[in-house]
Amino acid sequence: MRRKISIILTILMIGMLGVIVSGLTFGEPGEHPMDRYFIENSQIESGANNVVTAVLFDYRGFDTLGEAAVLFTAALGATLVLRKRRED
Amino acid sequence: MQMSSIVKTTADILFPFILIYGLYIIIHGHLTPGGGFQGGAILASGVLLLLLAYRYTESTKIVRQVVMKSFESTGLLLFIIAALSAMVIGAGFFFNWLSPGGFIFGDVVAYGSAVANLNTGGLIPMMNIAVGLEVVGAISVILLALLSGIKEKI
Amino acid sequence: MIEQIPYLAVVLIAGIGIATILLKKNLIKMIMGLAIIEGAANLFLVTLGYREGGIAPIFTNAPGGEMVLPTVQAMTLTNIVIGFATTALLLAFAIMIYRKYGSVETNNIRRLRE
Repeated sequence: MRRKISIILTILMIGMLGVIVSGLTFGEPGEHPMDRYFIENSQIESGANNVVTAVLFDYRGFDTLGEAAVLFTAALGATLVLRKRRED
Repeated sequence: MQMSSIVKTTADILFPFILIYGLYIIIHGHLTPGGGFQGGAILASGVLLLLLAYRYTESTKIVRQVVMKSFESTGLLLFIIAALSAMVIGAGFFFNWLSPGGFIFGDVVAYGSAVANLNTGGLIPMMNIAVGLEVVGAISVILLALLSGIKEKI
Repeated sequence: MIEQIPYLAVVLIAGIGIATILLKKNLIKMIMGLAIIEGAANLFLVTLGYREGGIAPIFTNAPGGEMVLPTVQAMTLTNIVIGFATTALLLAFAIMIYRKYGSVETNNIRRLRE
């Protein structure tokens, strides 16, 4: 019973993903004005040749701050969970 | 678990080269593909090579958890300080105030294909170094924590 | 149809991951399924930003021509790091569960079954 529900759920999710994906064409991205701005202005404004790094550390710095905080928290959690016990 | 001396010698020889490659990726993050996260992951893979080649009790003497934890905290603190430093001169959080004409990393670049000039980018190279330090610390701490679950006998 | 192959690959990989999570009973295999779904998400993001004949968004010795979209690549980098963090934390939890129950099969972990 549980197995049947799982298989039906999997097929349903694959179908939903297929419906989402079927409207997109490969090689023609839906370009936002933001992307055009990043490509044309990031080199002059931030001075970095690598546009991805400029986006990551300059325009979207808050994203990277949250990312670093998540990594820090994961390390903290792993050491907390796997700390040495007194017994066993 | 005791690895053979071939593995140990290979790890000893390869470790400095992996270290130099990771530092190259971090420092050239604003010019070539790469950056703080990728270079930090490469450095952590070098640390993992040492951890796997030696016995757990020996390798924790080489790679100490306290050092890696301090790397992690120092990297995150440096990142936040670099972001906060823009507020000293009255600009917003994360403003790249060093970029055009600052005293360090401040060369002006024009739009279009350019040669690699390390002295550009403003705050971006500093943030790359800070994030690289944080990532190598965090991944090493996680690896040490996961390795401590292995029983000592095997 | 032939130009849609990257999107079909995304659907296929995500389907494999979802089926692994739902059908397997081993915790380690379920974490593997989550990692596979992360790979599908990364492939989807990079595919969304690809432009026909585009070059990498890096100006150092660039050959000229249109560039692919940079923002989705930054998002992919974020997703890789977050995925690493979640996988590490889940593996730590799996180790803790193994220490307590002596097994990682969900059938043997009684208190999770209710």
